[in-house]
Amino acid sequence: MNRELRKSFPADSEVIEGVLKGSEETLNQLYKAYFPMVLQFILSNTGDDDDAKDIYQETIIVLYNKIKSGNFQLSSKLKTFIYSVARRLWLKKLSQKSRSSNNIKDFEDILPVEDDLESYEEKDRQFKKIETALSQIGEPCKTILEDFYMQSKSMQDICEKFGYTNADNAKNQKYKCLQRLKKLFFQS
Amino acid sequence: MNTEMELINQIEAYLRGEMPAEERRAFEQLRTEDPVLNAQVVAHLALMKELADYGKNLALKRQMNRIHQSMNIEAIRSSVIKEPAMVVVMWKKYRASIGIAASVAILAVFTTLFSVGVFNEKKADYNALRRVIEMDKRIDNITKSQNALLRDMKPHAPTIPAKYGGTGFALTTNGYVLTNYHVISGADSVYVQNTDGEAFKAKTVYSDKESDVAILKIVDSNFKNYNSLPYTFKKTSDLGEDVYTIGFSKDEPVIGSGILSSRNGYSGDTTAYQVSMPVNNGNSGGPLIDPRGNIIGIVKGKQDQIEGAAFAVKTDFILKAINDIPEDSLTSKLVINKKNALAGLNRPSQIKKIRDYIFMVKVY
Repeated sequence: MNRELRKSFPADSEVIEGVLKGSEETLNQLYKAYFPMVLQFILSNTGDDDDAKDIYQETIIVLYNKIKSGNFQLSSKLKTFIYSVARRLWLKKLSQKSRSSNNIKDFEDILPVEDDLESYEEKDRQFKKIETALSQIGEPCKTILEDFYMQSKSMQDICEKFGYTNADNAKNQKYKCLQRLKKLFFQS
Repeated sequence: MNTEMELINQIEAYLRGEMPAEERRAFEQLRTEDPVLNAQVVAHLALMKELADYGKNLALKRQMNRIHQSMNIEAIRSSVIKEPAMVVVMWKKYRASIGIAASVAILAVFTTLFSVGVFNEKKADYNALRRVIEMDKRIDNITKSQNALLRDMKPHAPTIPAKYGGTGFALTTNGYVLTNYHVISGADSVYVQNTDGEAFKAKTVYSDKESDVAILKIVDSNFKNYNSLPYTFKKTSDLGEDVYTIGFSKDEPVIGSGILSSRNGYSGDTTAYQVSMPVNNGNSGGPLIDPRGNIIGIVKGKQDQIEGAAFAVKTDFILKAINDIPEDSLTSKLVINKKNALAGLNRPSQIKKIRDYIFMVKVY
């Protein structure tokens, strides 16, 4: 079984290239290739399918951050990195649930990944703040800001979507929305 | 207000590269000249990047969820892990809790059992009949002085008072003595004293807690072997039989008489008979004798609440004990007497003959 899995692993360098390019196909391959390993680890250590999914997706985000920040060196195998991150995240979750994290069953080698997790957690906190702020400013502000800042839509498109009579009205609205968001964001 | 909005729009146009080239150059010029403007640009850039990153993060999560949904998780799970049975999963998850619960339960059970006295060897209304000699301080003092006075005559009698006392009787002519396990249990040393007051050192060669039988061997050189024993051992006896015993419930032999009243002993104890007979502490280990002078048991205890309910170990278990003695702990041969010299005699004559074979067992 393991041999089959190994065959389907995409080459590490290809993955890194694909991630940098933002290729959806790379994500698809990457995701499918390493999920079984993480699932095996989580299931063997008192977790279930949903735990595995959450932990694995967080792991992939950590990997993306690392690759995009440009300091992912191929000193270690991608597989080892993913395993180490997933393991660390799961141990953390176990201790939060105040379940014992003794007797962890390991299947792979482990790397020290604390630094990567720290920057990930910092980012995650920021994202949570944005999420709360966005959920508080209400519509249409939320969608306008999402469209403009997150999906890089032009003001023209937004103007049409929301039926503003001219772009200046839309800009005005967007400005007000942004001010509210900033207020909420920097308050919290 | 409006100017600030204009500024933001300008900054955004600049950062998104939507400015015409000419305007852009002018703006860049302005940035280098105006540090306040420059700081605003930097701050806004950071905010935009943050929002954009957040957007990318959400998009990545959405993509991953899509991929996840397209996967056959069930199949992957069964391929990576040998599906453990439900019980195993539960066990793994809860084994710590189960462990704690089990220990608490076990502790509770044993505490309860202990507190209701299940482990107390001495049953509430069962009374083993060995005598605590130290209780009789007055008598002890007298015997002590007597012992001191008579020392030359009985060179081997210890001068300190014994801790416990019971009764024993000769099993063979060559110095084997039967008594109860509970009489000699925990003994540092054991002496047997005959009705003439002569004490002999003895050692335990066999003891069995279950049937409460112990066999001693007199190891004293002053002890002279008997020529013969007057009594025999009889295996079966009938209910209602007149029986009697001789025991050292005080420092001289005391006769007790009664009838064999039940086949089983205390709370269904099949190793013993019940005898309706007054017995006291010190009677333990005494012979239970039928009218023809056969030994049919060893007196071992009584029940407190019931009038005249004494118990005696059945002869079967005496014979079993004899068979169970390991060969190498026998220093001389153990031969059971087969010839009864008492059958025709009345009780006082029987007692006269038997009393020489009865001992007070003194435990130190």
